[in-house]
Amino acid sequence: MNLLEIILLVPLAGSILLAFIGHRPFGGWLNVGVCASTLACSLPMAFGVYESGPLLSANKLFYIDAFNVYLVVLTAFVGLTTAIFSRPYMQHEVERGRLGQGRMRLYHSMYQAFMFAMLLALSTNSLGLLWVAMEAATLATVMLVSLYRTPESIEAAWKYFILCGVGIALALFGTVLLYFAAEQKLGAERDDTLLWNVLHANAAGLDPTVLTLAFVFLLVGYGTKVGLVPLHAWLPDAHSEGPTPMSAVLSGLLLNVALYALVRVKMLVDGSLHSALAGNLMMGFGLLSFLVAGLFLHRQHDVKRMFSYSSIEHMGFMTFAFGLGGPLATFGALLHMTVHSLTKSAIFVTVGHAAQLAGTQRIEHIRGLIRTQPMIGWGLVIGTVAIAGFPPFGVFMSEFLVLTATMRAWPWLTLPLLVGLGVAFAGLFRHIHPMVYGDPPEGQKPVEANMLPVMLHLMIVLWLGLAIPSFLSKWFEQATVLIAGSSPL
Amino acid sequence: MNPAPDPVLAWALALIQTLLFIAAAPLLAGWVKRIKCHMQNRAAPSLFQPYRDLSKLFRKDVVLAENASWLFRAAPYVVFGAFILAASVVPLVAAHLPTAAIADVIVLVGFFALARFFLALAGMDIGTAFGGMGSSREMTIASLAEPAMLMAVFTLAMIASTTNLSVVIEHNLHAGLVLRPSLLFALLALAMVAVAESGRIPVDNPATHLELTMVHEAMILEYSARHLALIEWASQIKLMIYAVLIANIFWPWGIAETFTATALAWGAVAITAKLALIGIFLVVWETVMAKMRLFRVPQFLGFAFLLALLGMLTHVILETGT
Amino acid sequence: MNLASLSLYHQALLVAAALVLFTSFMMLATARIRPLIFAFAWQGALLAIVTALVALVSNHPHLYVSALLTLGLKALLIPWMLHRLSARLNILHEVEPIMHPSMMLVAGAMLVIFSYYVATPIVHLSTLVTRNTIAVSMAVILLGMLLMVSRSKAVAQVVGFMSIENGLFFAAVVSTYGMPMIVELGIAFDVLVAMVLFGVFFFQIRASIDSLDVDRMNRLSEKNE
Repeated sequence: MNLLEIILLVPLAGSILLAFIGHRPFGGWLNVGVCASTLACSLPMAFGVYESGPLLSANKLFYIDAFNVYLVVLTAFVGLTTAIFSRPYMQHEVERGRLGQGRMRLYHSMYQAFMFAMLLALSTNSLGLLWVAMEAATLATVMLVSLYRTPESIEAAWKYFILCGVGIALALFGTVLLYFAAEQKLGAERDDTLLWNVLHANAAGLDPTVLTLAFVFLLVGYGTKVGLVPLHAWLPDAHSEGPTPMSAVLSGLLLNVALYALVRVKMLVDGSLHSALAGNLMMGFGLLSFLVAGLFLHRQHDVKRMFSYSSIEHMGFMTFAFGLGGPLATFGALLHMTVHSLTKSAIFVTVGHAAQLAGTQRIEHIRGLIRTQPMIGWGLVIGTVAIAGFPPFGVFMSEFLVLTATMRAWPWLTLPLLVGLGVAFAGLFRHIHPMVYGDPPEGQKPVEANMLPVMLHLMIVLWLGLAIPSFLSKWFEQATVLIAGSSPL
Repeated sequence: MNPAPDPVLAWALALIQTLLFIAAAPLLAGWVKRIKCHMQNRAAPSLFQPYRDLSKLFRKDVVLAENASWLFRAAPYVVFGAFILAASVVPLVAAHLPTAAIADVIVLVGFFALARFFLALAGMDIGTAFGGMGSSREMTIASLAEPAMLMAVFTLAMIASTTNLSVVIEHNLHAGLVLRPSLLFALLALAMVAVAESGRIPVDNPATHLELTMVHEAMILEYSARHLALIEWASQIKLMIYAVLIANIFWPWGIAETFTATALAWGAVAITAKLALIGIFLVVWETVMAKMRLFRVPQFLGFAFLLALLGMLTHVILETGT
Repeated sequence: MNLASLSLYHQALLVAAALVLFTSFMMLATARIRPLIFAFAWQGALLAIVTALVALVSNHPHLYVSALLTLGLKALLIPWMLHRLSARLNILHEVEPIMHPSMMLVAGAMLVIFSYYVATPIVHLSTLVTRNTIAVSMAVILLGMLLMVSRSKAVAQVVGFMSIENGLFFAAVVSTYGMPMIVELGIAFDVLVAMVLFGVFFFQIRASIDSLDVDRMNRLSEKNE
């Protein structure tokens, strides 16, 4: 049994096991344990791919190359840290009475099912299985968004279900069209026409018209899951109404996986079309999301909603960067995927604790965090500084790279990007400042908070901002060569 | 193709077919009434009762309202004349008759429109409330039914590349057993339009005595004697025309293409059988369905239009192309 | 292409495909839940027939399995689940008046024409015997979306969603003779799980807003922020 199979089977087995015993006191620990074993298996596999190149499974259904291997490790890592955070947090929620102990079974089981679906999506070679896994990830999280059973959370979950369901259905149509184009080129007798590496090798021969049509559907479909404006309506609701660990993994991981799917498809389309249509479309949607989300940030009254708009903004930025293409922008986008994932999940964890502290998620009712519990206050400030793109954090590095690439290719687009960054920064700080430094209300007491995951994530982001370690930069470089065709270094 | 038939024979056959059409229309009405009575467990009148009713009406004296204009007196003749022309155009027993040259479906629709126009005017002529109400209802139904009918006709025309009825029938006859989705939809649409235009349930109840529910009957309330006879006969011919159209376009087997005695005999037998079946089907439909309120008739006809449109679309999408 | 020159099975395939489109329109026109579910079940059954005919005409036996799966899942299991849910929620005989039914039908016809236009390049490229029906499959997807958009009852929206999945399956069958079996099984599994979750959701929605009218769930709009 090789490492890849273990990586997939462990969360699946964990999900089934936790469906029966997840509500016991050790359920949280079991969750953490399953995540830890997943991470432990993914690291050697990642090094193996790093050393010896892409890994194709025996039945050809799984393919690990430089692009998805580090995403697998990132997913496992963030899954683990969020599980560590979620154990005491969810216990506290149960004690506060927001949900029953029995519902913890659903929570833990779906958490692992979600991890399984994401890892499956990242590691599969078949575009059809990719779709199945994306849909499975949506289905696993739908029940979790409505976990608290309040009217708002049920509404958020329904919107999420319907909008993402329809979007994903369009993505399936795009997949069917891709399969059609592939069969035209490769003939119908083979059974490997939906495999990505086969399609990538034969991309030049696929019919451009059909591929354009397929890309449009796939962009709309997977773009809905990425949260591109105007298909983003589900995102702020789903990320803010679910429990905080859910917000962390949805913002930090699922958006990445959806973007990964989009970029995989873009690689195929670029090989077939010899125009920049796919890239231009992605740039357009990305820029639109970036600007609109930055503006919407200002109007928010719920702290988690505000940060989910920040997620939309960053995903828009990454989509723009991938659409821009070229080695520099691609490197920046890959780095951004990593640091955004780490920073955003850290922020959501901190915000979760802050909301527990203040008893509400409304910005106007959260005050004086730094006085009541300095760790949380500092965590929030540093996290916001990091996500807003300040040096020396990693987000600054990736944004700088993308801006440089934009200046070379489309100089006048740097202006909206800079304006958007400024607007988002202003919005975030406008809301964060009173939350952290304002006068705390009477009787606000500190809560039990394990800030270790947050510290860990932020330190990694700082490290990546200061000096990317050589193995990581080699990884990114390999991925950039794969996606953009040449190396930036 | 058969050698050019003797023109005298052809014209004679055309005349005989038209007379047969007109003569058989009350028989069809009698058949429908008889089957309906059987379905409703009532004692049925004789099959030839409509003939007796018509001759009774012809013998009676005309009673005219004082303010009836020339239009009121002329309308029955115009209506009957239009339907005779329409009957001469529709192939009953044989195709390729000389009248087939003007057997354009759009011409047929035109004849119906002419008759309807005069009947509607006659309904308003006297100035009674019911007459006006019937006329306005009839025109509403017609304005919704005609697009559906024309759309179904266009579908048929696209399949056979012509609007000439005779050629359409011949095309369908020679195509053999071909399952065409567009024909299926066109059939359903045409059947619904036929129900609406000939005033059957669920659009209009031909046996109603309540003036407020009448559509066709309301227009002819003021008529008596031979005028009423002509109008009644004309509406029976209308029903028969629609039935023959549906029977011969969609199931054309049995129609005579040459003018030999055997072919014509087979043609007569075939059409009789088809009309009998259509009569039974119509009765079952009328027994199962309830009459709709007037404001729901547009939905019914809208649905017919949709079916016709679907027929056209499926023809273009599914049946043509490389 | 002369229709008369095709085999009878092929013609039957086209008729069944046209009837699938017809059921889509029927779903758009029905105001009550019960006929809506029946129309959806008929769509699933007709789809299974189309798949079986494609398997016959094109000599791809694995499509028989797909046809059986579609029949079991989409013509029997899911309509049964919907019917049972509607009965338990007491909405089986509810009437939801359709806004502007004629507009809906005209919009549907426009969507059919649009999908024909969009599918034309694909149809020209395809060498499959079923290529003419690609436009119909796309129309079924778009009509399913129109159904979702035009209704405000949760059950009707779910029927629209399932109808979209029907159209997608149809598209896969007629443009590529079906996706690889493992993908088909995965998709079927996803659809089943989605249906189960929808069922759970209906009860949650009803418990929270005491009705199944999704338009009433509007606490989370930007206005209320």
